[in-house]
Formats: sequence, structure tokens, C-alpha cells
Amino acid sequence: MHPVLKLVTQRVALGILLLLAVSVLIFAGTQILPGDVAQAILGQQATPQALANLRAQMGLNQPAYIRYFQWLFGVLHGDLGKSLANGQDIATEIGGRLANTLFLAGVSAAIIAPLSVLLGLVSALYEGRWPDKVLSAITLATVSLPEFLLGYILMFFLAVEYPIAPSVSTVFDSMSFWEKLHAVTLPVMVLVLVSVGHTMRMTRAAILNVMQSAYIETAELKGLRPFRIIWRHAFPNAISPIVNVLMVDLAYLVVGVVVTEVVFVYPGMGQYLVDHVAKRDVPVVQAVGLIFAAVYIGLNVVADVVSILANPRLRHPK
Amino acid sequence: MSDELNHFAGRVAAGLISRRAFLGRAAALGVGAAMADTLLGTAARAATPKKGGTLMMGLGGGESTNSLDPALAASQVPFMYISTIGNYLTTVAANGDIEPSLAESFTSSPDAKVWTFKIRKGVEFHNGKTMTADDVLKTIQRHSDKKSKSGAFGILQSIESMKVDGDNFVVTLKSGNADLPYLLADYHLAIQPNGGMDKPDSGIFTGPYKLKTFEPGVRVVMEKFANHWDSSVGHFDTVTMLVINDATARNAALQSGQVHMVNSVDPKVANLLKRAPNVTVDAVQGHGFYCFNMFCDTDPFSSNDLRMALKLAINREEMVQKILSGYGSVGNDMPVNASVPLFDSSIPQRTYDPEKAAFHYKKSGHSGSVLLRTSDAAFPGAVDAAALFQQSAKKAGIDITIKREPADGYWNDVWNKQPFSASYWGGRPTQDQMYSTAYLSSAAWNDTRFKVPGFDKLIVEARAELDKAKRKQMYSEAGRMMRDEGGLINPMFNNFISAYRKDKVAGWVDNANQDMMNGLAAVKCWQA
Repeated sequence: MHPVLKLVTQRVALGILLLLAVSVLIFAGTQILPGDVAQAILGQQATPQALANLRAQMGLNQPAYIRYFQWLFGVLHGDLGKSLANGQDIATEIGGRLANTLFLAGVSAAIIAPLSVLLGLVSALYEGRWPDKVLSAITLATVSLPEFLLGYILMFFLAVEYPIAPSVSTVFDSMSFWEKLHAVTLPVMVLVLVSVGHTMRMTRAAILNVMQSAYIETAELKGLRPFRIIWRHAFPNAISPIVNVLMVDLAYLVVGVVVTEVVFVYPGMGQYLVDHVAKRDVPVVQAVGLIFAAVYIGLNVVADVVSILANPRLRHPK
Repeated sequence: MSDELNHFAGRVAAGLISRRAFLGRAAALGVGAAMADTLLGTAARAATPKKGGTLMMGLGGGESTNSLDPALAASQVPFMYISTIGNYLTTVAANGDIEPSLAESFTSSPDAKVWTFKIRKGVEFHNGKTMTADDVLKTIQRHSDKKSKSGAFGILQSIESMKVDGDNFVVTLKSGNADLPYLLADYHLAIQPNGGMDKPDSGIFTGPYKLKTFEPGVRVVMEKFANHWDSSVGHFDTVTMLVINDATARNAALQSGQVHMVNSVDPKVANLLKRAPNVTVDAVQGHGFYCFNMFCDTDPFSSNDLRMALKLAINREEMVQKILSGYGSVGNDMPVNASVPLFDSSIPQRTYDPEKAAFHYKKSGHSGSVLLRTSDAAFPGAVDAAALFQQSAKKAGIDITIKREPADGYWNDVWNKQPFSASYWGGRPTQDQMYSTAYLSSAAWNDTRFKVPGFDKLIVEARAELDKAKRKQMYSEAGRMMRDEGGLINPMFNNFISAYRKDKVAGWVDNANQDMMNGLAAVKCWQA
């Protein structure tokens, strides 16, 4: 077996193992919450008899580990259970929401990744001079501002005063791709502004780090132009840390944008989770928790694999 | 045509200036009387409903857990869509009176125990089926069933039996209740085919709009139902409710014109929103109030002198100005105000009087401080309100210690458990409902532990009294009792504040019973 393939397989296997461990944690976490699902369903009208009946009906009187495996079995077969709050099939409900979340994250990522790397390269190129300082000041400012404030500011200028984009970003199935794209203009701008700083600064730091190396000096002595040195010689060696921070940013775009969703009324996963947590809808919390964990672990596996592939020393181990 | 003239014409139509004054202005602008009369005609026609168009509403108070089953409706958005696609037997009119709806008329026996509702004929459900008295019976049965999780379960417990008699729906109560038609206007009790027993969340009702798209927590789209029984309502072709839970986002959507109507405007920004072009901010005095509850049976609040001292030591005007930004009215230590029927407005208003408060405080013999628990969960601004109370009481020599409780669990651990705490009530459309819910000795939610047999007797007697004058007298007496002996410090009633685009929406009528014209904004308004 090729060593790279072996490494990648190892990483993926580890990721799956980790996901299993997380599923145990999620299940255990929802079990130690006070009250159980039967109580959550019956609410105030819970009589001991009704509770006992419902528990028996739902199999809640079986030991926890058996229920865990039943749940896991269902999840592996695409059955996430039914929501307690409105009795809907969770997998169907989450499907649309997840697609929305991935659309928003995808559009944002398509801008964030090239933009932040480009800005990082420019900063590194002009290290300590005004383009570097201006870029740093702007990106640090937008990273530091809370998302909702950025959202309100953009909304005021771009939706109310000079209306170029809608302030309500609700998307639905009957909209065309371009209509959806127009609808998400403002939330994408917010997400770009709050995320671009991380990756840009990591790119800058990684490139500057590489720039200290002897082979860069050689390149300079060969008479190469500064941008070419950075692009051809420094950047490939700086990919690994950049990809790592980029993946953390992407994971954030999927699992952490509930505030942006609320401000722009975007029907994504975050809002869905918050609504169901408020109703103690345990099956939904479990399902969403698992999906979020899978996204995090998956993106980290991707980061690992890219690092391996980008690094000749890992690609050709002795 | 001159804009100025059009403006005046609009004001005549709105009843703000007289026809004569308009003709005078028109003459001043060099327009002949004949031309001016034509103009007036155009403006008056504009005040009659215009058909067609789309209404976009931006509403707070919706979750992705919402259901189409009216029994489970508990927040603002479900209340709105159920009221738009559904009908009830009765409805509370803008002036607080009860009006027939799916019941064409109703009568009761002299003791208000047996009620007969004549069910309207020719009413069609959205699925084409004709509504019958049996559907009504099944609906009320479903909500009053012991296993029902309906939000209306509690108010239907006074029903002893129900039956269908030809076109009539007959209800027999355990004891007389003159307010039964009000109870049946509850927003959970929308009439469904076969009472919703087959499929409670089918979304099939009898309202002027029928459901087109339902995405809980995101949007609800409704379209005009051509066969609706009442042609005077339901003027839009399409109504869309967008769920916008963030108050700032809601206002921005209104300002940018993405929505034409919003609910729950924050009083702090209402005056700013007013300045936006084409936006009308509308505040209605409602039944809801922000209050401080004292347990009448727990020391030191068992002393009526101490209770009176605290009631006199609160500056009501200041509360309305600072906590509600002026969007409210002062309370009089009763849980009802002039927005409910049969209210006696001649009961003197209690005002801030530190001297009298000091007198009662001294008489109570209490010394040391009084512990007041508060939290922003109690009502928006409850922590500030407690601080204001503390300051105004200090001038009367009363020392209040404020304990800020966590918002999480406030309703489980503090409200109705601790002897002195901040709280709120959403109010009820009738005095009987409000007093029965929280101030009868037997009420589970008696959050002031007000247990006075004479008061109970008055309320129960008034309930079965059909003579309005007598009933009003009884409520006046009960109200005075509450005001002078109760454990409720009620400094302020909050307003419902909504806003709409006047270039898009016409026909707005205030209704004190609930937010957004009692939930009927989409049903009764039309495009401007």
C-alpha cells in the first residue's frame, strides 16, 4: 500500500472512531439532563401512570446502553427519529435546513478562501509598510466586532439607506440560484468580514516564517521577483497551517452562525437547533449535535489530509 | 393634481378635517368647488377596501417547532396564522364587545347556564366540505377532552355537557357564566372539519385565506379563499408571514419595504421608527400589565398597611415614562383597566404619595428592609423598574433590597413561590377571566395569595349575572377591594406597539384585545 494512502486511511478511520466517541458523549449528555423524554412530552399534565405508559411505549425503561445502540442503529440507517415538539421526521426537516446552511457556508467559503489567502500574500509582501498595516487594521476591526453589530450596520447602509440587498434573507425552494445568491448577500458579507481576518493573518505569519529560510534567500539571489518568490517558493510550504485555520473557519461557518442567521432571518441549522433546545426536544438536539460533530471532524480530517499531501516530507517518509 | 390638495382630501376621508374646511383650502389653492368635490369623491373611494395585492408581514414570536394544530398554538406567530386562516364561533370586536362569527347569534338561559349558539349556514371549509354544528361540537370536544394538550383546556373546564340540536350548538355549564361567548373566542378554538379529530394539523379551516406554504419558524404563505362566507374581509390575494424574531431586523425590513407590517416594536425605538418615511407606528392600550406581587398571607406582607405603604411608594407616571418610554398607561393596583368591558372608570387613581406611604409604613410596625426579587425575565426592564421602585420608596422611608434572580427558571423558582417579586400578566378580555385566573382563593395561579371569601363570592355571582348594569356594579366593588386590600402592585399597563407602511396598508383599526388588530390585521386590512 502506498504510504500516503495508508496515512489517509488511518486519518479517516481515526475520524470515524472519534465520531463514535462523540456520539456516546452526546447520548450520555442528553441522558443526564433532568427529566426524560416522556416527561418532556407530557409536560405539566404528567401523571405517574401516563409517564409509565409512555416510557414503556417508547422503550425508555430499557437500559441506557441498549437505547444507545438502538439510536446508533437508526442513525446509521438514516433514521434520526421524530421531533417531540411537532412530531415531524427529523431527517426530512434537517435536510432542507442543512442544505441552506451549506449554501450559505459554501458561498462564504468561496469568497473567504481566495480572498484571505490573497490578502495574506499581499500583507506578507508589504510587511510593515502601509498596505500591510491598513489590511491588518481593517480585518482586525471586523473580526473584533460582534456579528450582530456588523449585521445591523450593513443592514442600515445596504438595505435601508442605499437598498442594494434585502435585509431579510429567507430562502426557499422555489427561488432560483441567482435569487438565492442575491438574498444571502448581506449575511455572506458579514461572514466574510468576521472570518477573513483569521486566515489572512495565518497566511501572513506562515509566509513570513518561510521567508526566513535559506532557499528563499537563494531565490532572491537568483533575481526572482518578490511576488513570484512568495507564490512559487514560500506559499507551497505554508499551505499546511493555512489549511488548518481555513478548515476551522469553515467549520465555524457551518456550526456557529446562529447569530447571523437570526439577524438576517436565514432558515439554517443554528436557528433550528436553538428552537428545539428551547422545547427540550432531545432527539433533535442529539441529531443536530451529531451532524455538527461530523462536520467538525470531517473538515479536520480534510485539513490533515491536505497537510500530508502538501508536505513532501510526509508524502515520502523515510 | 396638487399634492397638497390630495393630502387634504385624504384628511377629509380620514375624518380629520371637515368637508367645508377642505373646500376652503381648495379655494385657497385656486380650485373650483366642482373640481374639489370630485377630488373628495376619489379620496372617499380610496377608504373603501381595495381588492388584490400581496401583504408581507414580519412577525416576531415564531419557532421551527410551531404546528398547524390550533390546540398547540402558544406564541405570537401561530396566533396570527390561525386567526388568518381560521374562524371562531365568536370574536372580540374593536370596542371590546363580543360579536358573532361562525355562530350567527347566541342566547342563554336566564341563569347563564345553558347557551345556544346558532351556527351559520353556507360556511365552507377550505377542502370544500360544508361546516355543520357537528364540526363545532367535535372541535370543542377535542379541546376540552381530558387528554387534550390544548391551550384552551383550562377555560373549557366549566362545561358540563354539549350537544347538537338541529343547526344549534348547545352548551350546558356547571354554573352560570355570562362570559361564555368570550371564552369561545379563544384563539385555540378555531373550528375544524370533524373538530380536527382526524388530522389536527391539516391546516383546513373556514377563514378568508387558505394555507399555501407552511414552513414553521420561517414563513407561512396564504392565499385568498374564494368561497369565504364573509365578503367584507380578506382583501389581499396573498398574505405572507415572515418569521423575524430579531426586533432590529424586523424594523429594518419594514423600513426597507421588504415587509409592510411588523409586530412587537420595542418601546425604546418606537419614537425613532416613527421618523422613518411612510411608516406608521401604532400603540394600543391592551390588557397586559407589568407588576409586583406580594403574598397577602406571608409576613411582612400580611399587614395591609405595609401593602398599602408599598402601593403608595411607587411612582407610576415615572415607570410609564422610563420603563415603557411613554407607551403605556398607569395601573391602579387592579389587574384590569378601561380596555375591558364593564370597567368602572370612576374608581380613583392611586398616585405616588411618599407621606401617606410613610404613615402606613409606620402603622404596619415593620422595620428593616423588604426583599424584592426581580429579573429581566419578569418583563423587559423589570430590573430597572425595581431600582426605580427602590428609589421612590426610599423617599417614604421604606428600604427595599433588590435581589436579581437568574432569568432561567424565574417562572419556576421565583414567581408564585417567593413573597415579593416582579411579574407580568398578558391580561384577559373580560374581568371575570382575569380575576378567575389569578385572584380567586381557589386559583392555582393566585400569585398574590389574595384569599378573601367576600371577593370570591362577588366574582362568582357577577359571572352568572346577565344584567350589565348590576354586573358592572359588582366588578366595581370587587375592583375597589383588590385595589385597597390586594397584594398586587400594578404600576403600569403596557401597550401593543405595531408598525405598518402607510403607502402599502390601509384599513388599520386598533383592537385592545390582542396584538395586530386582535390577530386580524391580514383579514381586515387592504392595500393602500
